[in-house]
This record gives sequence, C-alpha cells and structure tokens, in this order.
Amino acid sequence: MTDQGPLIPRNREIHPNPYDWHYKTSVSRSPSLPLLSMESTPSEETGPRFGHSTLGALDNNLILNWTKGEASAVGERILMHGRVMDENGRPVPHTLVEIWQANAGGRYRHIKDTYFAPLDPNFGGCGRTITDENGNYEFLTIRPGAYPWPNRGNDWRPMHIHISVFGHSFGQRLITQMYFEGDPLIARCPIANTIKDRGQLDRLVAPLDMAKARPMDFLAYKFDIVLRGRRQTMFENKIEGM
Amino acid sequence: MVQSLETLMETPSQTAGPYVHIGCIPTFAGLGGIYPEDLGLSPISDGAKGEIVTITGSVFDGTGWAMRDALLESWQADAAGKFAGQDGADPNVSGFCRFAADKDTGEFTLRTVKPGPVPGRGGAVQAPHISLWIVARGINIGLNTRVYFEDEDNSADPLLARIEQRPRVETLIAKRTGDGQYRFDIRLQGEGETVFLDI
Ligand SMILES: [Fe+2]
Repeated sequence: MTDQGPLIPRNREIHPNPYDWHYKTSVSRSPSLPLLSMESTPSEETGPRFGHSTLGALDNNLILNWTKGEASAVGERILMHGRVMDENGRPVPHTLVEIWQANAGGRYRHIKDTYFAPLDPNFGGCGRTITDENGNYEFLTIRPGAYPWPNRGNDWRPMHIHISVFGHSFGQRLITQMYFEGDPLIARCPIANTIKDRGQLDRLVAPLDMAKARPMDFLAYKFDIVLRGRRQTMFENKIEGM
Repeated sequence: MVQSLETLMETPSQTAGPYVHIGCIPTFAGLGGIYPEDLGLSPISDGAKGEIVTITGSVFDGTGWAMRDALLESWQADAAGKFAGQDGADPNVSGFCRFAADKDTGEFTLRTVKPGPVPGRGGAVQAPHISLWIVARGINIGLNTRVYFEDEDNSADPLLARIEQRPRVETLIAKRTGDGQYRFDIRLQGEGETVFLDI
C-alpha cells in the first residue's frame, strides 16, 4: 500500500458556499478571509482509529437501539447502506460512520426542538457503525419526516439523515446529509442549496434500492460516500523540486 | 473527447446542523444510555507522559457572540511527537478529543498533554500544535485550524511562516494564563478572524 503522498487538495467548488444569504445562520458563521492553503503534513495525514470493540450490538439499529431491543420505533422501516471510498476509488475499511436524524414525524429528541410533532418513545435518533474490510456499512432505521425550521418565512427541511465519517486521516473528516430520491423539498431547501452545482447536490440524494429491500420488512436506500484521497505517484519520496 | 479520469470526487459537505450533539455526543445531548459513553471524552488516559495542559476558549461568530452550539474535535501527537498508531507512541495518548461549547456560557475546555514537535513535509519540523476541526449550525463545511503555544519556539514552523499578514499569526497561538493553563479563542469572521486552513 502506498500511503506516502499528501492528501489531494480539496476541490472547494463541489462543496457548499460557506457564506449563503439564504441560509441565514451561515452569514455570521463563515470566514470572510481566504483559507490558508498548504500541502498536508502528518498532522492531517494521520487520524484516530476506532475499533469494533467500541460498538454495541444494536448501535447500527436505530429502530431498536433506544429501547435496547424492547420495542420498535414508529415509521417506514429502511435499510441505509453504502460504501465509503476515497478519491482514488479505494475502499475505506474499518472507519467509523455515525448518523443522527429526526423521527418519523420530523422531531428530534433534543431540548431545543419544539416542533409540534410528538416524540416517539421508542426512538432515540443516533447510530454508529464501522465499515467492513470493503468499506461497506449498513444501518437499519426509519425514514425521518420533513420538518419546518426558522429561517425564511416558511422553510422546511427535506427528509434527511446526518452522517459523520472519519476516514483514516484527520484531513478526511467529513459531515454531510443524505436526502431521499423524489423529495420535492430538496430543491426548495436553503441548506441543500448551499451547494451551487445541482449535479453535486444530486450526489447526496440516495436512490431507492429494491435489490437490498427485504420483502414484508424494510425498503433500502443506497448512499455511497467519497472521502479525500492521497496522491499516489512514484515521485512522492523525492525531495521537492528535485 | 479525452480519456476519462478514474479519480472520484469527494462527497460534498453539509452543515452539521443544530442537533450534531445527538449524533456525536449523545450523552451530552441528553440521550444517555444509548452508548456507554460519548466518543473521544479525553485524548489522554492516566499515565500519559508529558505536561498536562488545559486550553479554554470560545468560538465567536461574526457578531462577537460566543456560540453555544459549536462542536470541536482535536487531533494531536504525544509529548514525543508521535501520533497514536505510530511505532513508539505513548499508549496513554489517543490524541483525539471531541468537546463542545458549554450550552450556557459558550466556553470549551480541552485537557490534554502538550504535544511534541512533529515532522513536516520535506524534512521540516513543525512546532508543537494541536489540530482542530469545528462544526456547528451555519458552518457549511467543517473549519480546520491549529493551536500553537505561546511558550514554545514557533519561529521555524512552516505553516506559521506562510501567513503573510504577521499579526494574524497570533490567532493560532494559545496564550498562557497560568501554570499549564492556556486561552485559545476562535473568531469565525471579522476583526481578529482566526486563520483557517485548507490543508
Ligand atoms: Fe436535521
């Protein structure tokens, strides 16, 4: 394995605009000065690793993990699955994936969430897993509801699941959101639309995946994730400029 | 037409949102019991070698408000400059910590060991530093920065040397406020804006 090269510089054009007038909170929370660009160092190329021993048996089952298997959460049962890869197309094995989401009515189990939709006594709203040797991961959960949020006069979040991925380098750290195929609220969402290239936003929309759906039990949605890769050339170990 | 590249593109980021604590530190968020404990509670365990330091600060938005909902992660080497997983690394230094701004005061605290100098690219040596990653509602892509230490020799650090406007270097340097105590404030925007990294 040739892991010597620096991280491939981030292509910021595919990412959201840090400053977006339509997403009001970003206005005062985005740097106004340019970022300092530099080639990565061991500080960014190394990163924390988490072992399978960190995990409990129900950690990737949001239908059951809040009640420790006693009772099921309300909602449309789904399998969320996919593969974590790097930009070189290589799987990212044994990396931690964490998710969090609203319940089927669009309500989070959080002191700050005061939406009318009721809490589900059988649903917590977070899960985690570690990718297998091929970079694959799976969660069993319920499809979250859309919910309104205070931004412009009448903004609603499309159905979405928040995802956090580590990779093997601190510089690969990524948090994003998965949307669902066919949701008309995606095109209207100021947060989704902080990504200016619709083709890039479409990469966050998970297709229905009937090949993984289990009859009489759950539907499935596929969400692959690409993390930054490391440059791989035969010249990496030479002194710069030589 | 040309040949197609095999390189994939990174998945676009989205804001961590207001409920990031549910996913990343559920016990802190009031979902105690779902996991035995939150991930990354401390970057060190008993017996870690080196000087124990406590870094306190806040993340300020562009209006000067200390954000109550910021979530931070840190990654660092041990006192000898080795990262967890490298040969000879201190087994009591995981190097990773996840910590949040206090929901009432907006202040965060990181208790760790002061890292040693670590190698940079091309044989350079980097001054002791801790890498930080900051997410919150309104931050559309996580912000990277570094904490250096006022009482270390930072003069030959390659990253600090690249900052053209010299007064801005100070935004990356934790100020010593007492024995093993440091202050490190992060300003997202405006006067005294922290230098954020694309690295
Ligand atoms: Fe959300």
